[in-house]
Amino acid sequence: MKQLITPRMDQCIGCHSCSLACARLVHKKISWNSAGIRIHSSGGLSTGFVANRCLACDPAPCAQVCPTGAYSQRPGGGVIVKKKLCIECGKCVEACPVDAIYQDRQGAVYVCIHCGRCVDFCPQNCLKMRESDSAIEVLI
Amino acid sequence: MIREEFRVLLVDATLGKGKILQLDGRNEVVGGSGLAAMLFEKFGSPERAWNDESQPIIFAIGPLTGYFPLMSKMVCSFKSNYHNEYTESHAGGRAALSLQFTDLDALVIVGRAKQLSILSIGAHHLEVQEASFLKGMDAESSGKLLRRMFKHGSGHRSIMRIGPAGETGSAMACINVDSYRHFGRMGGGAALGAKNIKGIIIHGDSDFEIPAGGEYAKVYEDVYRQVTSTDMMRKYHNLGTPANLQGLNDIQSLPWNNLQQTSDPGIATITGTSFADETLLRNGACSGCPVGCIHIGFIREKMQDNRYHYNQVAYDYEPIFAAGTMLGVTNSFDVLRILDVMEKVCLDAMSGGVALAWATEAMEKGLISIKETLVSLRFGDAGAYLQAANHLGRGANDFYRLLGQGSLKAAKVYGGGDFACVLGQEMAGYATGELFFAAQSLGFRHSHLDTGAYSYDQKNSTKDVQKAVDFLIDDEPGRVFLTSMVSCLFARSVYKDEQLSKCLESVGLKTLANTIPETAEHIRALRWQVRTKTGFDPENYSIPKRFYQVKTWKGLVDKEYLDNLKKEYGRRIQAIVAEGDEKS
Repeated sequence: MKQLITPRMDQCIGCHSCSLACARLVHKKISWNSAGIRIHSSGGLSTGFVANRCLACDPAPCAQVCPTGAYSQRPGGGVIVKKKLCIECGKCVEACPVDAIYQDRQGAVYVCIHCGRCVDFCPQNCLKMRESDSAIEVLI
Repeated sequence: MIREEFRVLLVDATLGKGKILQLDGRNEVVGGSGLAAMLFEKFGSPERAWNDESQPIIFAIGPLTGYFPLMSKMVCSFKSNYHNEYTESHAGGRAALSLQFTDLDALVIVGRAKQLSILSIGAHHLEVQEASFLKGMDAESSGKLLRRMFKHGSGHRSIMRIGPAGETGSAMACINVDSYRHFGRMGGGAALGAKNIKGIIIHGDSDFEIPAGGEYAKVYEDVYRQVTSTDMMRKYHNLGTPANLQGLNDIQSLPWNNLQQTSDPGIATITGTSFADETLLRNGACSGCPVGCIHIGFIREKMQDNRYHYNQVAYDYEPIFAAGTMLGVTNSFDVLRILDVMEKVCLDAMSGGVALAWATEAMEKGLISIKETLVSLRFGDAGAYLQAANHLGRGANDFYRLLGQGSLKAAKVYGGGDFACVLGQEMAGYATGELFFAAQSLGFRHSHLDTGAYSYDQKNSTKDVQKAVDFLIDDEPGRVFLTSMVSCLFARSVYKDEQLSKCLESVGLKTLANTIPETAEHIRALRWQVRTKTGFDPENYSIPKRFYQVKTWKGLVDKEYLDNLKKEYGRRIQAIVAEGDEKS
């Protein structure tokens, strides 16, 4: 299965178009937080940007700790999300080693589902979809 | 959030407290420029001084901020210490989206904190925190400290701060926004300094449901494709605005050496291309804008042996004109070095460069000496300007403190008013001809972006006063509506009324979608009415002799034509105010 990767974050200009696209198209939100990919600066704007996103773990620690099955292992890495099963306990947020899952104040959690809808909205070609068994280096 | 009413946070810096206000007026004033004018009418005191504790400093965004590409700017309005009248300044960076995601349409600060303080706000947070240890600190150091003090929200917050120029009340003090953008002109830094607020942190930590129906996502995608897949915006992210340097030099419209020339062969080393080839380190974008017009250059400084450090400095056409051609500095790295100093002391680069150009000519003519300037100023001497920029930003002595109030104020004391390049405020970098000189002199922000006069001059050599002033009058409402949305004006080729109407309709603001022209007219009048109440009169603004000596591609400036343009433009502005007063 395909995964979202961010091979050219060195080209990122910090426009947040990817986050806004994910929030708008996947989560039906206007937000730069409630999204599966979130752009942060690392030490002010002078040092560039990083993308907080799911790195497609296999096995995925977030799926392992999920008590209700809302998160389950996605073949090839990452998780399949069944929102209706989520009780908003936040265990997945704690379990994620790379801070890829966002929980809003109401308790809803947001993670990348590797759908690739953000890719077309990156004006700098920072994002790409790849096959999960590809040997392309994963850059954050 | 899309809503009919405005949600405004009013902070009293004296008390360190705030309150949320819900105000009507969306369909009348939209947001941004219109909302700021409405809020100044509500909270401002036209007759009181700019630094009266009661005066507000206002930050406002528009209804589509964050909802569409390039709806990414913020309006800051205040009573300016430059002319003691109401004014606006605009900035990008992360400020606009951060404020949107705090679920506010505007932030208004009144009062004066007892100690130098930091205001931090979020959707669920408000605090005024004393920070006297930041006194006198430059923009770079205070930015680093503020990031250390406020750990949360990296990438999703805006950090605004003032430098020494703002703390000491310079009328050329800017507010630095997220390191590389600015509320630059008319002394916004001093207006914030008057509140004893060194910095503002806006953490955009909320979100909203998307507008109902499927239309919004479709319209968004259409606009996004226009700005990214066509050549429409290429000039802004390619060489950026510095691409204009060569072109304006070619048509004898680029001010050099305090506007003693309008063209010079020295342009070869400071064109947009040479900046891109030699100094450009990387590009950046305002949040919510996929164009990425921010150009960040580098300067590398050698200490000793092979020990180096480097700094990143944003550049654009206007700062290069001000710290480059206007000062006769033709090495691109030297231009960035001067801009770096101005950035640190939070001096508006355009005003600062033009003021130092006046000081250089005044020194050449023997009106001032090193006793005043502390360093010998000569056109082309970048080393001297590095020191002088620091003196000007920090108000090192009486002379620099006076110069920081405006070149004409210094000229009143020392002489040299004839060659002070001031058109309402220190000139923008367009010696394009009579219409621009008249338009900047009387324009609402005294900005080249108030109208397209600089463009008109480049295309028209006829001297038809009515036609030219009609152009200014007809051009303004569209720009005012965009600055009320608050769109980047670079997007004006995309956001025509028809496109704006579709955008507004798609988010449910149907009344506004169908009343753009009349609303734009209403806001234009409101802004001028508010400014007039604070003392604006076209007669207050004269055009120094230097502008009558300028030679452009059309030949020597025509005095009679220029005077008639200014007179007629002033008359038309007053007619707009009178009509607005009558209606209200």
